[in-house]
Amino acid sequence: MTAYLTRRMLQAIAVLLLVTLIVFGLLKLAPGGAAAAVLGNGSTHQQFLLQYLTWLGRILHGDLGYSRRLNESVSYLLAASLPRTLALMGISTLIALAVAIPLGLVQAVRRGRAADHVLRGLAYVFYGTPTFVLGAVLVLFFAVDKHIFGAEGPQAPGIVGVVTDVRDLTLPVLTLALVTIATFARYMRSAALDSLAQEYVEAARARGAGERRVVAAHVLRNSLVPVVTLVGLSFPQIVGGAVVVESFFNIQGMGWQIWQAVLNHDFAVTLGFTLVIGIGAVVGSLLADLGYAVLDPRVRYAQR
Amino acid sequence: MMTNQAAGEGAPVRGSRGRHAGPAAAGQPVSVQRAELVGRVRRGLVACRAHPLVTAGGLVVIAMVAFCFLGPALYHTDQTHVFLSQANLSPRAGHPLGTDGDGVDELGRLMKGGQVSLEVGAAAGLLAAVLGSLWGATAGYLGGAVDGAMMRIVDAAIAIPAVVLLLLLVSIYRPSTAMLILVIAGTAWLGTARLVRAEALTLRVREYVQAARVMGSGNARVILRHIAPNALSTIVVNVSFQIANAILLLATVSWLGLGVQFPSVDLGDMIGAATQTISDGYWWQILAPGTAIIVIVVAFTMLGDGLRDGFSADG
Repeated sequence: MTAYLTRRMLQAIAVLLLVTLIVFGLLKLAPGGAAAAVLGNGSTHQQFLLQYLTWLGRILHGDLGYSRRLNESVSYLLAASLPRTLALMGISTLIALAVAIPLGLVQAVRRGRAADHVLRGLAYVFYGTPTFVLGAVLVLFFAVDKHIFGAEGPQAPGIVGVVTDVRDLTLPVLTLALVTIATFARYMRSAALDSLAQEYVEAARARGAGERRVVAAHVLRNSLVPVVTLVGLSFPQIVGGAVVVESFFNIQGMGWQIWQAVLNHDFAVTLGFTLVIGIGAVVGSLLADLGYAVLDPRVRYAQR
Repeated sequence: MMTNQAAGEGAPVRGSRGRHAGPAAAGQPVSVQRAELVGRVRRGLVACRAHPLVTAGGLVVIAMVAFCFLGPALYHTDQTHVFLSQANLSPRAGHPLGTDGDGVDELGRLMKGGQVSLEVGAAAGLLAAVLGSLWGATAGYLGGAVDGAMMRIVDAAIAIPAVVLLLLLVSIYRPSTAMLILVIAGTAWLGTARLVRAEALTLRVREYVQAARVMGSGNARVILRHIAPNALSTIVVNVSFQIANAILLLATVSWLGLGVQFPSVDLGDMIGAATQTISDGYWWQILAPGTAIIVIVVAFTMLGDGLRDGFSADG
């Protein structure tokens, strides 16, 4: 286990360094002297490696750059926008899990029957629906036509105000959750189908366990392991969805900030935020792998 | 997977028997030829029924391509001029899907936008699959430290959400159509690389690969002649998924205002323009292109799923 842990940690560090290298490479490619603006004019004649190390040193000291357009440090903008994005992503991911796990389970147990076909068809449609189309349809129906929910996300300055603004928060959360449910349910279905084919299910049935107990105690519990780790691995996709949802519903979170920064060529913000998201994703996938090893002893033994 | 297929077991392999029968059929009476044809059609129908997902997905893709590329020849609309007196008309006679904010007919616009979505999506999806396959096959075949380094690069690039990476790249490079294809492929190839690498890991220990190496084939030759072709079923399935993905990515950046640039238009653009006036409730401006995207993406996804099921059943 320790050897596996060490190896996985070292891998994650290598990947993190590569993420910083990619972001720095993009900074160097950015037009208008964006790199010089971040590094200072004296850096122009330095070697790439020296520039990179200077930049990396600043990142490690928590200096993510400075937005001249907004006259704020990137760290400040991050602190202001991160809670909104985390709230949006957290709530919708929890809802998505709560819906997708039973859905996937039902599909697997009733494989090939009407319920499975209907849910599979729905999963196709939701998978193929761009986030902004889903958001637009929900807004047209619930906000423009029926006036039940707001067409714009919560605009309260503090995170408490955002989370308690149910009227305005419902549609963004629903949009992000529905997009995620399709992916999660599909995964849960195949995980449950895998579990159903295992010998321990057969053994439980042979012992005389009822179908209900087989599904709840054996299939569900064993399929949850890969699904829970899937959450850690889907971090980039969920952030990608959040970018669109925040832009659509005008929620001033990280995704909205990135969009605005890209439109206004504010490279310090786009790259600073991209770096933070990349780090989040690497940590997410590391936690997913570690969680997998903790929850499933077979992984531990296999990796020794 | 593909190797067993050549033996012609299981599901009927179309064409293989017909080709052998070809020269002999020339001298046969018409009735035999007709029976041959009927038999071939019947075998085709059986194959279609055995793979409903492929059939449905394929038919819808063909229908959408026909709609977008042949449609304008049958349904003439003015897609260049602005008619403000005709702006935002709901569906009615003469404008079956209504008009947009510039008074341009929505159905005609759908064809024009669909062309760009399909062209860019197909090109970017194909490019991404080829790029990812080569990367994955090389990493998986070479193994060891090279594999480790190549796959860590993939891990790092996958950590950045595709939409964000795409936004960054289009803000650096002016988004012409060719550039959009390159940029979308450049963000989308990573998944394919992982898939094909896994496939290559199992292929590299096969006898024919070892035989090729013993006979002195270089790495490039083994990868291009043995690894990649034998991973072809995985790659073909992936092309279909990649096209669906590329169409979605293009629609997303266009919707965010950074994709296809005026006067060119894609389906995401149309929804982006309609989103600006969403509070006026012009539902047809969102539902028409929205449905078109969903239909195209679902068709390509079903095609990919069906092909995967088909390959794994045959193999």
